Amino acid sequence: MAGKPKVSTQSVDATGVMAAPPRTSEWRRFSRIFFGRKLYLIGFIIVVIIILTAIFAPVIAPYDPLHNDLENRLQMPSTDHWLGTDQLGRDMLSRIIYGTQISLLIGFSAVFASAIIGALMGLAAAHYGGWVFTVIMRLTDVLMALPSIILMMLIAGMLKGGGIWIVVFALGFGGIPGMCRMMCGQALSVKENDYVMAARAVGMSNWRTMLTQIFPNAFPPLIVGLTMAIGGVVLGEAGLSFLGIGVQAPTPSWGNMIMDGQRFIMTNPMLSLIPGVAIMLLVFGFNMVGDGIRDAIDPRLRGVL
Amino acid sequence: MTTYIIRRTLLGLMTLILVTMMVFLLVRLLPGDPVMRYMAAFVGTSTGQNNIMTPEQHDAMMTKLGLDKPIPTQYWEWISKVIRGDLGESLVIQQPISGLIKDVLPRTAYIGVLMFIFGTLGGILVGIYCALRRGTWLDNTLTTIANIGMTIPVFWLGLMLIYVFSYKLGWFPMFGWVAPWDNFWKSCTYVILPIASVSLGGIAGMARLTRSCMLEVMGKEYVRTAWAKGLRERVIVVRHQLKNAMIPVVTALGGTLGMILGGSVFIETVFSIPGMGRLMTQAIFDYDYQIVQATTLIFGGIVIFSNLLVDIAWGWLDPRIRYS
Amino acid sequence: MVLLDVQNIKTYFHTEYGLVKAADGVSFQVNRGEIIGLVGESGCGKSVSILSVMQLITSPPGEKAGGKVIFEGKDLLQYTANGPEMRAIRGSKITMIFQEPMTSLNPVLTIARQLTETLELHLDMDKGAARERAIELLKMVGVPDASRRIDDYPHQFSGGMRQRVMIAMALSCNPMIIFADEPTTAVDVTTQAQLLELMKDLVTRLDTSLVIVTHNLGVVARYAERIYVMYAGRIIESGLSEVIFNHPRHPYTVGLLNSVPKLGEKHGERKLIPIYGIPPNLINMPPTCAFLPRCTEKIGRCAKEPWPELRSVGKDHYISCYVDIKGK
Repeated sequence: MAGKPKVSTQSVDATGVMAAPPRTSEWRRFSRIFFGRKLYLIGFIIVVIIILTAIFAPVIAPYDPLHNDLENRLQMPSTDHWLGTDQLGRDMLSRIIYGTQISLLIGFSAVFASAIIGALMGLAAAHYGGWVFTVIMRLTDVLMALPSIILMMLIAGMLKGGGIWIVVFALGFGGIPGMCRMMCGQALSVKENDYVMAARAVGMSNWRTMLTQIFPNAFPPLIVGLTMAIGGVVLGEAGLSFLGIGVQAPTPSWGNMIMDGQRFIMTNPMLSLIPGVAIMLLVFGFNMVGDGIRDAIDPRLRGVL
Repeated sequence: MTTYIIRRTLLGLMTLILVTMMVFLLVRLLPGDPVMRYMAAFVGTSTGQNNIMTPEQHDAMMTKLGLDKPIPTQYWEWISKVIRGDLGESLVIQQPISGLIKDVLPRTAYIGVLMFIFGTLGGILVGIYCALRRGTWLDNTLTTIANIGMTIPVFWLGLMLIYVFSYKLGWFPMFGWVAPWDNFWKSCTYVILPIASVSLGGIAGMARLTRSCMLEVMGKEYVRTAWAKGLRERVIVVRHQLKNAMIPVVTALGGTLGMILGGSVFIETVFSIPGMGRLMTQAIFDYDYQIVQATTLIFGGIVIFSNLLVDIAWGWLDPRIRYS
Repeated sequence: MVLLDVQNIKTYFHTEYGLVKAADGVSFQVNRGEIIGLVGESGCGKSVSILSVMQLITSPPGEKAGGKVIFEGKDLLQYTANGPEMRAIRGSKITMIFQEPMTSLNPVLTIARQLTETLELHLDMDKGAARERAIELLKMVGVPDASRRIDDYPHQFSGGMRQRVMIAMALSCNPMIIFADEPTTAVDVTTQAQLLELMKDLVTRLDTSLVIVTHNLGVVARYAERIYVMYAGRIIESGLSEVIFNHPRHPYTVGLLNSVPKLGEKHGERKLIPIYGIPPNLINMPPTCAFLPRCTEKIGRCAKEPWPELRSVGKDHYISCYVDIKGK
C-alpha cells in the first residue's frame, strides 16, 4: 500500500485498492476523551495541584503549621494570614497546605493496601474457584455486613493513639472486601476468554496464568475504582479525625481541623469551613479523574459522540 | 421464587452468625489488658482511685468480667443471652443494655428511615429525569450538583447547616432531640437539618447511578423494538425501561443504607441526638465492650436484613435470576 | 399497486470523525402482496434505509437530510419522529422484525405482555381478547404449547423461538408491510430455512408485503420477487429477481455473483472470483462513482463524471452505471 493516508481523503494505490481509514493511536483516543471534556480536565488539574502542594509544602507554606501564636488566635482572613488563624494562632493556610500531605499519604497508602490485598484475594477466588471462592466470598460478606465507616471506627477507636498507620490500617481494612469483589468479578469474566484457555493449553502454570494473562486484562477497569476509592478514604479519614480517633493533634489533618473548629463555629466559622472545602476539592478532583478514565477506556464509547 | 427466598434467608442468617463471631473476636483480640482498660474508665471515680492492683485483685476482676474463660465459652454465653433478648450489661454505665437500646434505637430508626426515603426516592427521581432530558441545561446542572454532592463530608455539612440556619437565621434549633411521638412539629424542626445533611449525599449518589442505568437501558435493542411497535414515550419509559434500569439501582440500595447508617452516626454526634450511633461512639471511647458488641451486632443485623430484602427485590425484578 | 413509495431518502450521521452519509438518495417501491429484497454488504446503508422509513433513527447523531416516503397518500417524513401519526402507523400498518432475537425482546416482560401491548394499543382489544389473539398468533408461528409458553420470559426460549415471537409481534395487527432486518442472520442454517418458509407462507396467506434486508444472496434468490442492490448508501441495481441473478448488469452485482458458489455447479467448473478491495469510507466520499476503485469495467467517463443516476436497461431493470456490459 502507498504511504499513510490523511484522515479525510480517499487514496487509491496502483492496483486500485482503496486504503483503509487510518487508525488513531490508543493514547490519542484516550487523551481526546479524557482531556476533551472540561469536567475531567478540571479534576485532573485539581489533582495535580494538590499533589504538587503536598510535595512542595515546606516551600509554599508561609508559616510553620505547628507554631502557636496565641496573641493572634481566631483571626479572620487578612493579608498576614490569607485564611486566618485557628484557636491556637496557627496559620490556617499553612495547615491546609500541610494537610494535603496527610490526606494524600493516608489516601494512597490505604487504597494501595486494600487494593493489593483485595486484588490478590479476588484473583485467587476467581482462579481457584471451588471452596476457595466460597470462603473468600463469605469472608467479604461478613466484612461488608457492617457499614464500612462503622468498621473503620471500631478498628481506629479501639486502637486509638497508635499513630497514622493505625488509621491507614483501619481505612484500608474497610476497603478490602470492595476491591476483592471488583477484582473477582473482573477476573471471572476475563477468565472466560479464549486467550486464557490458550495459555493453559500451552502448559502455563496457575500462578503465571493469573499474573500474566488474567490480571493485566482484568485490571484496567479497576483503575477507576481505585481513584474513586481515594476520595472515599479521604472522607473516611476526615470523619475519623473529626471524632478524635483518626489523626491526632497537633498534626494538621483537615478532619481534625474541622473538629477543632466546631467549638468556635460562632466566633470564626472559617475554622471549620475551609478544611471542608479543601476536602471537597480533593474528592471532587479524584472522582472526576476516575470518571474521565472510565469514559476514556470504555470500548463502547468508541466512535460515539 | 420461594426457593430463592429461602436460600437467601439462610445465607443471611449464616452471615449474621459469622458477624457476631467477628465482632466478638475483634473486640477481644485488641492489644492491651482488658482489665486495665476497664479500670481506666473508672479513673477519677471512687472505685478506681488508685489504679494499682494486686495480682489477686486483677484475677478477681478477670473472673468478675468473665474474661478468664476460654473465648469460645465466652462467646457461647454471650450469644445464648442475646438470642433470649438479653444484650448484657454495660460495665461502664452499669445498666442493662437492652434497656438502653430500647430507648435509642427508635430515634435512630426514625431519622434513618427518613434519610433513606428522601435519599433514595429523591435520587432516583432526579436520575430518571436527567436521563430522559439528557444534554439539556437542567440535566447538566443537576448532574454537576450531584457530582459535587458526593464530595461533601456529612459532618461538615451538618456544621455548616447549623451555622447558617440555626445560628445565623435562627430557623431551627442547633442541637437536641424531640421525639415525633411527643410533639410532631417541634420534632420536625429538630430533625430537618440532620436529615438534610445525610440525604444530600444519598440523593447525589442515587441520582448519578440511576441516570447512568437509565441511559444504558435507553440504548438497548428492546427499546428500539418498543418504539417500532408504536408505543408512546411514557409507556416505553415506565413499562420497558424503568424495570430494567432499576435492577442495578435496587442492588445499590443496600450499600446506600450502609452509607446512611454510617452518616447518621456522625450526625448524631454533631447534632447531639441521643441515638444508637452516639451510644456506640461513646462506647468506643469508653472501651465499653458490651455496648460496642451489642450495637455493632444490631447495625450488622440491619444491614444483613436490608441486603436480604434487596436480594428478594432483585429476584422479583429480574426473572432471569428467579429461574436460575 | 404501490403501497410504499420511498423517494430519494438521505440519512446522515454526525460522528467524531466527520459526516457519514449512510443513505444518500435511496429510492424503492413496495407493491401490495410482494416480497422484495434489499441486498448489500455490511455498512452499505440498507438497515439505515428501512429504519429511516419508520423514523427510528436516533437523532442526534442521525439526521434525516432529505427525501420523501409516500404511504397512503401522505409523506411520512413530514411527521415528527415520535408524533401520533408515526406511532399510529408503526406496529400496526408498517412493522419491523429485527436481527438479534436475544436482545430485541425485553428480558423482564413476559411474551404475553410483549404481544398484547400492540393488540391493546392499535386494535383496542381488551385484555382477555388480546391474550386469546396472542396465543393464536404464537400457534400460527409454530410455537409449541402456546397457551402455557405465552407466560414465559424471553430467556426461556431458544433463539429460533424468539425470532418466531418477533414474527408474531410483527404480524399481530395485520400490517400492510413488514420490514425484516436481517431476520435470519443470527440463527443457524436449519432454523433459517424454517423461519423463511414460515414468513413466506404467512405473508402469502395474509396478503402482506415483506421487505427482506440481508447480505445473504441465497435468501433473496429464493424468496424475493424483486431485488434492490445497494452499495455505499445508494441503490445501484434493481429489477426482478430472476433477471438480476441471471443477467446482472452492474459490475458490482456481477462481482457479487461471481464470488459465490451456486448449487448444481460441478467442482472446478468455475473459479470463485472475489471483488478486490474493501468498501469505501462513507466520510468525505468523492463525487464520482463509489465503486470506481474496485471496478473492473471502468471507462474514462467514470472518473470524470458524478455518480451515475439510475437508468433503464430492460423491463423494470435499472442500473447506476455508465458502462454497458452484456453480463453472463
